[in-house]
Amino acid sequence: MVDALRLYAKLLMISLRAQMEYRASFIMQSLGNFLITGVEFLAVCALFGRFGQVDGWSLPEVALLYGLVSISFAVAEAASYGFDAFGSLLKGGEFDKMLLRPRSLTLQLMGQHFALKNVGRFTQGALVLGWAFAHAPVEWTFLKGALMFLAFAGGVLLFFSLMVVQATIAFWTIESLEVMNALTYGGVETAQFPLSIYPAWLRNFFIFIVPLGCVTYLPMLAVLDRPAPGDLPQWALATAPLMSLVFLFASFAAFRFGVRRYTSVGS
Amino acid sequence: MTKAYAAIFSARFRTLLQYRAAALAGLACQFFWGILRIAIFGAFYAISSSRQPMSLPEVTTYVWLSQAFFRMVPMGADGEVRGLVRSGSVAYELVRPLDLYSLWFTRSLAALSSPVILRCVPLLLCAAIFFDLQAPHSFSAALACGAALLCALLLGAAIQALLTISLLWTIAGDGINRVATVGLYVLSGMVLPLPLYPDWFQPVLNFLPFRGLIDLPFRLYSGNIPAEQIPWVLAHQLGWTVALVLLGRWVLSMGTRRLVVQGG
Amino acid sequence: MSDPQIIVEDLRKTYQIAKRNPGILGALRGLLHREYQTFEALKNVSFSIQRGEIVGYIGPNGAGKSTTVKVLAGILVPDSGRCEVSGRIPWKNRIEHVRRIGVVFGQRTQLWWDLPVIESFDLLRDIYRIDPAAYAKTRDELIERFGIAPILNTPVRQLSLGQRMRADIVASLLHSPEILYLDEPTIGLDAVAKLAVRDFLRELNRAHGITILLTTHDMDDIEALCTRVMVIGEGKILSDGTLANLRGQVSSERRLIVDLETHTPRFAHDGVVVERCEGHRVFLRFDPQRTPAAQLIGRIASQHPVRDLYVENLPVEEIICRLYARIQA
Repeated sequence: MVDALRLYAKLLMISLRAQMEYRASFIMQSLGNFLITGVEFLAVCALFGRFGQVDGWSLPEVALLYGLVSISFAVAEAASYGFDAFGSLLKGGEFDKMLLRPRSLTLQLMGQHFALKNVGRFTQGALVLGWAFAHAPVEWTFLKGALMFLAFAGGVLLFFSLMVVQATIAFWTIESLEVMNALTYGGVETAQFPLSIYPAWLRNFFIFIVPLGCVTYLPMLAVLDRPAPGDLPQWALATAPLMSLVFLFASFAAFRFGVRRYTSVGS
Repeated sequence: MTKAYAAIFSARFRTLLQYRAAALAGLACQFFWGILRIAIFGAFYAISSSRQPMSLPEVTTYVWLSQAFFRMVPMGADGEVRGLVRSGSVAYELVRPLDLYSLWFTRSLAALSSPVILRCVPLLLCAAIFFDLQAPHSFSAALACGAALLCALLLGAAIQALLTISLLWTIAGDGINRVATVGLYVLSGMVLPLPLYPDWFQPVLNFLPFRGLIDLPFRLYSGNIPAEQIPWVLAHQLGWTVALVLLGRWVLSMGTRRLVVQGG
Repeated sequence: MSDPQIIVEDLRKTYQIAKRNPGILGALRGLLHREYQTFEALKNVSFSIQRGEIVGYIGPNGAGKSTTVKVLAGILVPDSGRCEVSGRIPWKNRIEHVRRIGVVFGQRTQLWWDLPVIESFDLLRDIYRIDPAAYAKTRDELIERFGIAPILNTPVRQLSLGQRMRADIVASLLHSPEILYLDEPTIGLDAVAKLAVRDFLRELNRAHGITILLTTHDMDDIEALCTRVMVIGEGKILSDGTLANLRGQVSSERRLIVDLETHTPRFAHDGVVVERCEGHRVFLRFDPQRTPAAQLIGRIASQHPVRDLYVENLPVEEIICRLYARIQA
């Protein structure tokens, strides 16, 4: 395990060094990443400017959600690049090379590349979150802070798992996967607002099937001292982020199945 | 000469048709995006007492139409040419016995129209039947929208041609493309219908060409912009198109000179 | 005789390939209904390889060579049949199996594109968990053998094809594998480098007993290295034995090249086929089983002013071409 971490750290360093080498490109990519996510938040601000609130949530409260989702996704997207780009790895024969190395595929895929450009989105999220901390009507306690961190960790795991699912799908259709884009980026956009504004089926999908709501909306209800929806007990709000572990497990099981199929069907 | 362009158009069209799974999946995705965005707008409009520049039904219609036609918005340079530049084969483009600007313009026309043709009809049908896609405000509104869409296609091709041409300056071109993507995303009305932006921002939005891609045609459809305004709309779109084409040709001549001097 | 290291029995593998239809109408039809074609890559492949053999594995493109190698490497599961490498089934317990084999693809590098060669090597040391002392010794030995010391600090993307191939072969040997699968290892190498690679592989085999399976289109590689050649065609093993056996299977014919003093317009003899004339040189083909070489030489020398002559086997390329042609027939 330690050995695996050491190897991952080494691969990470190599990836970071390679990106820093092309400094101009890295800076532009990060800037682009920051701007695109930034203007999306500005659009949200424009809407709040015209309407004042959404479903009883003020801008600072929504900003808490927004910032949390952004930073979780940024870290997950950076770490999961190997899974995200898995389709091209399959096509280019890179994956066969990984199969020929006596190491876990997950380790190799994670070590493939750490997409540093996500520092743009991370910065955006951090700024939004910072502003939200200053303006949100929340009585902060240690427990609430811990819950925020748990939600963040759960969010990273969840988005990472979505990338694993995306990679698994790439075994079957080696073409650009808009579905997964909708799930990841769509999930990000969905989770930026309180789930209460969506139709029931969408809300339930993102709580029970892809437990995105469990790492964003539900813990946030607890932080904002809002009541749990429906029949959900209040304590469930604080433990909801743990659902991301279940999803992680399921997504890796699917990936292993995909690998087995790949080695039987060939390419 | 037109045969050559037609052949290029057809080849590009056929390539795009072959991504079958992607096409079907993409359709489903766009429904998801539409439902998502409409829910968000719906929530905002739900507790709205003051009058807004666009009503909720108009916004809903706008969202569905922009989903149906979103492939018509150039989000960056033409992918094929980008690949050529990266591999260094762009020099071959110069050798073809065709006017390079027209070649790239035609390419963009194909790239911006063929995905739309595939997607928009089924999507609009379903949106009209199952979701709240409204009928056009009036017959003249529908006609106006159609005309504006055709001009939007030309405008989009002119914009994309410029972005493609900027790739000839590798590093700067990359930067321009990134910033342009962000700009196009916002200023065309993809993120938010333009009238919903703050009032102080409206003059900027009204001047820039990008509203001609999405905002103008679809607000004509719903009557948010009255159909009588069509001459001004077309003038805005076509005026900018001509300006961008001229700019593009000029920049291209500088760019090709640079390519030739540098040896590709 | 001890148990073979590699046992392959009745290997079968079929692929499904989606059909693509031409034209716009075809493309539209393809949207609605996908058709598949089956392609039998391996029909009934059986062979066994002892530890320490160097085996050539040749066949026309699409014959099943890379499919076989993928099965042996453990990255492809056959539809049926038995395959054991050192007592293990390759595709079960991938990590254990892959640790003990080395693979070199002629067309693709396993090194990291942007990294200096030596850093790729060090990374492989970490990946294969090679003992640092053993690694240093092996690495230095290989670097010296292949003369790649000058390029150690060059990023792989800047290497010439020949340099890259040498680096790749070194990389595949760093973890001291039991078996080496080589796919077109001398492609693109200049003559000197080719000889060096062949020498080294022979040396490696002799000193360390590494089993080598070599798939190649270069017959000189085969002649130089392989005591045994397997020919695969359309998914079946057509020939498995020494090069001499293979020759005998296809044709026992030989070539006689005669340099004459004067240019002779007509040159015809019983049991001899005139392939071509180049000025004073005549190329003849004959079957030594019908016309012994000595007899033929004597007859020609007595009837023509001969300055020089020599007998050679048909080049392996020609043997292979004939065999492939038979396959396609």
